[in-house]
Amino acid sequence: MNSTTMVSSLQAPRRLRTTRGLLLALVVLLMICAPLAIYPLFLIKILCFALFAAAFNLVLGYAGLLSFGHAAFFGGAAYVTAHAAKIWQLPFELAVLAGTAFAALLGLAFGTLAIRRHGIYFAMITLALAQMIYFMAVQMPFTGGEDGIQAVPRGYLLGIIDLRDITAMYYTVLGGTILGLVIIWRTVNSPFGHILSAIRENETRVTSLGLKPERYKLIAFTLSAALSGFAGALKAIAFQLASLVDVTWHMSGEVILMTLLGGMGTLIGPIVGASVVVGLEHFLSTSGLPITFIIGLFFVVCVMMFRRGVFGELKALLERSKP
Amino acid sequence: MTDIFGVPIAVLLGQLLLGLINGSFYALLSLGLAIIFGMLNVINFAHGAFYMLGGFAAWLLLTALGLGYWETLFAAPLMVGALGAVVERLFLKRLYRVDHLYSLLLTFGIALMLEGLFRHVFGAAGKPYPIPSSLTGGINLGFMFLPMYRAWVIVASLTVCVITWLVIERTKLGAYLRASTENPGLVQAFGINVPLMLTMTYAFCVGLAGFAGALAAPLYQVSPGMGSSVIIVVFAVVVIGGMGSIGGAIVTALALGIIEGLTKTFYPAASSIAVFVVMVLVILIRPSGLFSREA
Amino acid sequence: MAETPLLDVKGLEAWYGESHVLHGIDFDVRKGEVVTLIGRNGAGKTTTLRSLIGVVGKRRGACSYKGADLLKVAPHKVARLGIGYVPEERGIFSSLTVLENLLFPPAWQAGGMAVDEIYGLFPNLKGRDSTSGTRLSGGEQQMLAIGRILRTGADFILLDEPTEGIAPVIIEEIGAALRILKDRGMTIILVEQNLRFAASIADRHYVLDQGTVVDEISNNALDANMDRLNRYLGV
Ligand SMILES: Nc1ncnc2c1ncn2[C@@H]1O[C@H](COP(=O)(O)OP(=O)(O)OP(=O)(O)O)[C@@H](O)[C@H]1O
Ligand SMILES: [Mg+2]
Repeated sequence: MNSTTMVSSLQAPRRLRTTRGLLLALVVLLMICAPLAIYPLFLIKILCFALFAAAFNLVLGYAGLLSFGHAAFFGGAAYVTAHAAKIWQLPFELAVLAGTAFAALLGLAFGTLAIRRHGIYFAMITLALAQMIYFMAVQMPFTGGEDGIQAVPRGYLLGIIDLRDITAMYYTVLGGTILGLVIIWRTVNSPFGHILSAIRENETRVTSLGLKPERYKLIAFTLSAALSGFAGALKAIAFQLASLVDVTWHMSGEVILMTLLGGMGTLIGPIVGASVVVGLEHFLSTSGLPITFIIGLFFVVCVMMFRRGVFGELKALLERSKP
Repeated sequence: MTDIFGVPIAVLLGQLLLGLINGSFYALLSLGLAIIFGMLNVINFAHGAFYMLGGFAAWLLLTALGLGYWETLFAAPLMVGALGAVVERLFLKRLYRVDHLYSLLLTFGIALMLEGLFRHVFGAAGKPYPIPSSLTGGINLGFMFLPMYRAWVIVASLTVCVITWLVIERTKLGAYLRASTENPGLVQAFGINVPLMLTMTYAFCVGLAGFAGALAAPLYQVSPGMGSSVIIVVFAVVVIGGMGSIGGAIVTALALGIIEGLTKTFYPAASSIAVFVVMVLVILIRPSGLFSREA
Repeated sequence: MAETPLLDVKGLEAWYGESHVLHGIDFDVRKGEVVTLIGRNGAGKTTTLRSLIGVVGKRRGACSYKGADLLKVAPHKVARLGIGYVPEERGIFSSLTVLENLLFPPAWQAGGMAVDEIYGLFPNLKGRDSTSGTRLSGGEQQMLAIGRILRTGADFILLDEPTEGIAPVIIEEIGAALRILKDRGMTIILVEQNLRFAASIADRHYVLDQGTVVDEISNNALDANMDRLNRYLGV
């Protein structure tokens, strides 16, 4: 290796970092201007699911745990937030906080149980636990059965900004989503995140270093549940609705698909995946085509043809094309 | 002595019978799941969809081709099994070498496809399927009335379960299967066509699910959602029993069916979550499952 | 000496996933011979045997056996050509009893031994029929692993380190059994680190190093070449 290539290989990361920074700024700028061009409620939906998928990716992509029960956190928080805002008449922030806290507690409980069993049982246990929450949502009086909780008041941000204005609602959700994504980004890049990845790669080695993998997994799982709940809470307020749809196992499956499709274990992937899936469903809902069938087809195609997901494949392609 | 805690004995026994029937279906399904997991290392999420397919195959054979119950009960599992063989050959086979998370996701996708397709074509509503005339009526046992068809369902599914168990534990074929779960490469080196055996195993177990579906058709209506609601309960059953033992899977399934039936009698509101509550308790007390070999 | 070898391996290469392990192995085995593969740990001896029966990743080269190219034979059909495999880790199935293990491999050719004959060869196995296979001691498991392929009628046996980790008395017994098999006309490839044991039955020795055959020594010339051999083995 001669000196010029060495210099350029040293500079590459820095250049990459600036490009990435610019790209990020561009995306944020686009998101700020987006309501001018696109129906804000649709954008809000994308944001909520992007956050949900990114939170889910924390356990699947970074800790290597396949949870089949994340709908319980997303949908459960939606119910609690809706109830808090409508019946308890809590202000916006407290209602969202209540939903998020509920999801965190539920995540702690699910995690404590599911992590006791290894590997493939984890998926089955989380699925079964989430189904239990679903049945409770069907039966408990406060959830409103098939109708769900409707006409949830949006309230005021910080007591002043009226969220009935859809643009204000959009920017609030955008702020919340960015906050959530930053938390995830910080977690993944912290020593904690590195240990998590090490556990996924080789659990025995981490154990032999005197660390307790279970504890790390549980913290990651709880954090993921809390952020999923945060996404669900924002969605409940923005759409003024909490319903059974958000707690079904289909929803747990959908967030897996978003993550898989975008590329698990990457930061951007789940966001890309969520946008694609939400966009696809939006398009399909008017086409008369069977949505469930097509979602299933996407799963099969993803698993068989590109397991790294759109973003993962793109990254691999870029890395291959590099000298 | 006609009441227990205020519940008439006849009602209690009726619910127990229903529980036992559900338990038989759980047994047929969890048995298949356990064998597939042991041999292929795959959690077959599509198992419920194949159960639903069995029900639909029976219904279609009856309504479209006018086939009788018995022919249907024979043909439906075969059709479902054949589809299973195709799925194994085309898809699952290619995933054995990657993390088995992917085969779970694949079968999940297949489950969604099948459910979505049938819902699109046939609608969400249940399709009635008449009880065959040879099995209508019932027997008065003195303390309760036992409908013939229900008795038949229990006998038929338990017989199939026991035969499957015997084949695995007591025959040469069973020895090949058991050995393949340990060391497929070596079994292959002894001249046994392991890939074919895996395909046949998957087809057979999925066929069992189809059999359960066809058997269930006259009891419950046939509907696209019948598979996904049962598969999650069966997963809980499998978590409770552990997948290490075939006999254990059968016993656990029956016991949970009965527990569900009892809950329905004494505290109906909790009946849909009874199995999950038991699962939570088992995870707390014996994390590796009741019948697992590891603990 | 114009007789064509029973097994003729030329330029055999093998991979485990991405890693290239065998880089061109050449050797041959004539009918009725006992040939050893020796070499230090990781030289590729086990991989060579596994390549012959098709349980590695990718393979390249030529392995002609009784007129067939083994690399083109489906893995489950190799045994049907009369090739019996005794793996290094013995491969006794824990979910099967001793008798079930013994009766496990199907007999593909006529001329296999009866169960009683096998018990005659390995008396330690007698009376243990219903014990779980892996409850046997290491030496007994080795006997079971050899015994079970004798039933199949295999006349070409691949033996991977049958003496590894086994008490001297049992090694004697295994050696005696192998000599009986040789007298019966069986052809054997023996992977061995124990030179004394190898010398007591083998006709020729191939030395492997880093995935290639680096030397061939006939058993008569073994003593004369001891220095060279020790250098290969790094002792
Ligand atoms: N399953 C595997 N995957 C990847 N590499 C492997 C695998 N098995 C063996 N190897 C590598 O292939 C090389 C040859 O291994 P092999 O087992 O053939 O050696 P050996 O000569 O039998 O050694 P030993 O005397 O220790 O049994 C070694 O470098 C080993 O690390
Ligand atoms: Mg070896």
